[in-house]
Amino acid sequence: MKVISASDSSLLVVFGNAISPELHHCVIGLFQTLRARQDPRIRNLHPGYTSVLVDFDPLRMTHDELAAIVEQAGGATGTKAERESRVVSVPVCYDAEFGPDLMDLAKHANLSPEEVVRLHSSASYLVYFLGFSPGFAYMGGLPEKLHMPRLATPRGHVDGGTVGIAGSQTGIYPVDSAGGWRLIGRTPWRMFDPRADPPTRLQPGDTVRFSAIDRATFSAMAQ
Amino acid sequence: MPIRVKNPGMFSTIQDLGRHGYTHLGISVVGAADRLSLRVANLLAGNEENAPALEMTLLGATLEFEERHIVALAGADCDAKVGTSPVRPGETVEVPAGGVLKSGGMNTGARSYLAVQGGFDVPAVMGSAATDVRGQFGGFQGRRLKAGDVLPVRDGRGFRTRKLKAGALDAVYCHDLVRVTRGAQQEWFGPEAFEVLFTCPYAISDQSDRTGLRLKGQPLRPREQSQLLTDGIPLGAMQVPQDGQPIILFVDQQTTGGYPKIANVIMADMHHVGQFRPHEQVRFQEVSIPQAIMLLKEQQRWLQNAFVP
Repeated sequence: MKVISASDSSLLVVFGNAISPELHHCVIGLFQTLRARQDPRIRNLHPGYTSVLVDFDPLRMTHDELAAIVEQAGGATGTKAERESRVVSVPVCYDAEFGPDLMDLAKHANLSPEEVVRLHSSASYLVYFLGFSPGFAYMGGLPEKLHMPRLATPRGHVDGGTVGIAGSQTGIYPVDSAGGWRLIGRTPWRMFDPRADPPTRLQPGDTVRFSAIDRATFSAMAQ
Repeated sequence: MPIRVKNPGMFSTIQDLGRHGYTHLGISVVGAADRLSLRVANLLAGNEENAPALEMTLLGATLEFEERHIVALAGADCDAKVGTSPVRPGETVEVPAGGVLKSGGMNTGARSYLAVQGGFDVPAVMGSAATDVRGQFGGFQGRRLKAGDVLPVRDGRGFRTRKLKAGALDAVYCHDLVRVTRGAQQEWFGPEAFEVLFTCPYAISDQSDRTGLRLKGQPLRPREQSQLLTDGIPLGAMQVPQDGQPIILFVDQQTTGGYPKIANVIMADMHHVGQFRPHEQVRFQEVSIPQAIMLLKEQQRWLQNAFVP
């Protein structure tokens, strides 16, 4: 664990430089431990693939004080073997209407579309962190057969709720936006609601599974 | 009683000092681009410094008042007038019922702040009134203002306006020098890159906005091209994409990024970033983190002593 002064009001705590579930456990462990302190001097905690950015009020605490808290919290989390992870099962309709790139992915993987759906909805995914837009979760754990580079030209518009893959990741666009991921389905869930508490369906550290639903169930749930 | 937007100007939003505690959900801090001016405007009006106020960009708004209100201006001079009387930044004015505050283009600086006594009455979303334009929530209906919008105001009875000491604002604005500390990935860059950054001027590109200020000048090159894993971004981080033209990540920036950060604007100078205009030139000077914190404390003391007791 390396603690770097990223600015006059933040520390970046770095655990390594490779994407792995082990480093992710360290990241989430530190994130959750610091969050549980509810220290009003800490303004924001942001996990990345292998780091946690700690943004704080430098008029109320020094870099050294915060570094000492981080060291202590990091040491404590390192000793925990397995961390409790919330499991979230996200319903997804994989119909062609919602997954315009499913056929291309099937061809690329040399599988039938049904096998792609079965593979995608049978794996467990880890939410490494959220970023890009409110509620956008970067999830690792995509079965290797389904790895495929993102689109050469991003789409100007992707509907909120659309599920996509890019490289070794899968994700859900929470709100309408532009996007270059390959689209394979859609969830009827509202992934981001600024007035809900918490405002996003997914949190860093969650384990996610996708459960396939048909079009009629999608419509009923989207009501 | 509400205030009606006759003309929203170029880009006007309701802002406060930002939405903290949600970046881990991908939710940006947003808030005023020049937080110092928002604080000054609010304090002048007798509000708490974090009250929801109006941020106007390059071309100010024109507002119609149904009832008498006290307003204060800070930041860039937006050529504001109530009737025929000009209102300058740092001043408070009483607008009579039926009165119009008309503002125009800003000749220096890029953002002007208007606080109304009591504060604009917009609901707090996740603890803040700031507009998140990308996320389409917060502020007034989650968007920039349009002509015809009717902005409610909180009751400001019993609030007392304040006055700035003569010349108090002189020392705070008008800088083309921005101080930075070294960034999280400083080791990716050799002495040559820092030499360039701290000696060569950079121009503000017209592609700049609240998400980031794109700079044009001598390219900055890391020692070697390697891939940075996405991590969280501090406010004011200067990241260097492959073309070597640095970008200062600003208040509306997405919360994560994957380019190395060579430097970071110090908090005491962030308000300058909010006041740069396209094509202006800026120079960067290195300070240490203890110096940066000392400067922030000085600024805090300045704000406490800027008003007539």
